[in-house]
Amino acid sequence: MSRIRTQLMLCGGTGCKATSHGVREALQKELEKRGLAEEIQIVETGCNGFCSVGPVMLVQPEGIFYQKIQPKDIPQLVEEHFLKGRPLKRLFYVEPASEETIPRMNEIPFFSHQLLWVMRNKGVIDPEKIDDYIATDGYFGVAKALQEMTPEEIIAEVKTSGLRGRGGAGFPTGLKWEFARKSPGEVKYVLCNADEGDPGAFMDRSVLEADPHSVLEGMIIAAKAINSHQGYIYCRTEYPLAIHRLNIAIAQAKEYGLLGTDILGTGFDFDIEIYEGAGAFVCGEETALMRSIEGKRGMPRPRPPFPAQKGLWEKPTILNNVETLANIGQIILKGGKWYAGVGTETSKGTKVFALSGDINNIGLVEVPMGTPLRTIIYDIGGGIPNKKKFKAVQLGGPSGGCIPEQELDTPVDYQAIAKVGAIMGSGGMIVMDEDTCMVDMARFFMDFIQDESCGKCTPCREGTRRLLETLDRICEGKGKAGDIELLKELSYTIKDASLCGLGQTGPNPILSTLRYFRDEYEAHIYEKRCPAKRCTALLKFEINPELCTKCGLCFKACPSGAIIWQKKETARIDKEKCVKCLSCFEKCKFGAIF
Amino acid sequence: MPKLTVQDLKKIKENTSKEMQLRGESGRIRILVHMGTCGIAAGAREVMHTLMEEMAAADRQDIRVVASGCMGMCSSEPNVTVEIEGETPIVYQHIDANKMRQIFKRHVLKGEVQSDFALARG
Repeated sequence: MSRIRTQLMLCGGTGCKATSHGVREALQKELEKRGLAEEIQIVETGCNGFCSVGPVMLVQPEGIFYQKIQPKDIPQLVEEHFLKGRPLKRLFYVEPASEETIPRMNEIPFFSHQLLWVMRNKGVIDPEKIDDYIATDGYFGVAKALQEMTPEEIIAEVKTSGLRGRGGAGFPTGLKWEFARKSPGEVKYVLCNADEGDPGAFMDRSVLEADPHSVLEGMIIAAKAINSHQGYIYCRTEYPLAIHRLNIAIAQAKEYGLLGTDILGTGFDFDIEIYEGAGAFVCGEETALMRSIEGKRGMPRPRPPFPAQKGLWEKPTILNNVETLANIGQIILKGGKWYAGVGTETSKGTKVFALSGDINNIGLVEVPMGTPLRTIIYDIGGGIPNKKKFKAVQLGGPSGGCIPEQELDTPVDYQAIAKVGAIMGSGGMIVMDEDTCMVDMARFFMDFIQDESCGKCTPCREGTRRLLETLDRICEGKGKAGDIELLKELSYTIKDASLCGLGQTGPNPILSTLRYFRDEYEAHIYEKRCPAKRCTALLKFEINPELCTKCGLCFKACPSGAIIWQKKETARIDKEKCVKCLSCFEKCKFGAIF
Repeated sequence: MPKLTVQDLKKIKENTSKEMQLRGESGRIRILVHMGTCGIAAGAREVMHTLMEEMAAADRQDIRVVASGCMGMCSSEPNVTVEIEGETPIVYQHIDANKMRQIFKRHVLKGEVQSDFALARG
């Protein structure tokens, strides 16, 4: 045994790395300077999940959690905590609601409400060391599947687990494998979809960064199940760290003979290659993804034939999402029944979400299926910052929908979420506060969709553009009677007539905001008013004397001298001089300018 | 490197788990070396080094070593506290490398409290 008494689990996820420049080096230097380098070890882990307070570090075995560490903090941290044994309070986490300081990670509500299955190794292993993964039961699922199980038994186990595709559509994984298994053909492929493209989603990237071997393990087991010998991971090239760690993981697995020929001496051959995608959103659609790997332009094709019959290079193919595959090793090792023990009637296991937007604790969370959205947003997410009110949460990115306050008790469950007009999606969860304009939000997603439409089919190419134009008009104050009906009719046409999932789900943000926030559309169109005051074209640039506190901040901010104000007097705006630059609007703390 | 067998996989797991022990559940026994300025001045660093050597030799998975702060009894430093689950913690005083070795071998490993060096219970 080594003489190491303390391990510093320094987060090496993309979020923390982006802000932790020089922390690791400073830490190493300081430990050496203090003569502690032999007893205190730095371990760089994958994403810890708590990205908003990064760079983060967990001190083990004490379990002390430090946040927002900067190189200048290191000398004091090392001297106080590691030399003198006094944990440094000023770097502890502070609970936003109660302002309570919490030193230990497992006592922080953000962590204590989670159930880590997919992310069980986050912050525990060094993702660049295969031995660390093996030490946490890694590749024992492969050993069991290859040595003791027939392909039919593997598929039966995955079916028992009730695992459904985590990429968004929620198709039962075992069934997908069974179709591909039964498809005739010598050559078959296993693909991993790591083309995560929803705005605000970073679950798959974090899994790949924190535990790349878990995905490889899932792919090897899938390969055995359908009798495939070649796999591809389709990962967007904007994920350099994920690709870097995947490359290391694949090289290590090959060295250990866990990839290649005669894996673990069982006679089974399987190899994996990474294919870097250029980041087109449509390439997350399965048929477009396969075209892209073939070296063609990434465009979808009609189904059937389904990929399980004719996929990559017209051979039977399965495509599974990163998170789906990361579950497989444990399902095989611990059994489908174990997995199905958590969750609801129709949704089993856990789901990873990327929490972002107007929420205190931005980051990555994993919860059991069936957890109410309210728990995720308030208990784990810590609620809405700046004492603002919650307005809605967008689930499933541009293909999903928003869920308002009155539906927040909806559990995380494929059916239940679909019932309230959203989708489970791949796990992007964008929280919006009362200052968000829902029409503007729909416009944002429509802008994204029409940008990413591949242009192959007319409803999607032309339809989404017309939707965007209509929304633009409404936000600019040029909306007219009949616009809402037009949006609806066009949305349904696009949904019915589009070729692939992108178009079929593209209008969802409009339909779901119309469902819950129709009044905001009406205010824009008929009253030329934006209730959230986000659509600046609709601002009148007048001051509400009832809200004005006569503070003069607007007067000082105005660059064109358009504000008329004197001490102890309500301000007014001279519209002749006003250039609508919004300086006054942004400075006013009391919302008096409308 | 030759291909792994399932046996090799188990071996790697066993060896690596030891290194990763610190990241798991907390141990059954905790040894606190009080390392305030006073403790360090009185020789706590050497005590810590000795302890880590003993730890390496003992190869026990359920013991955690923690560098702790000054207890407020600076005149009795270096202090070491041994906390064994279910037993009263014992604080030792004026510890040096030899005493540390003795405490580790007798108290920590065999459960015999070394009253001669003890300052207090709790």
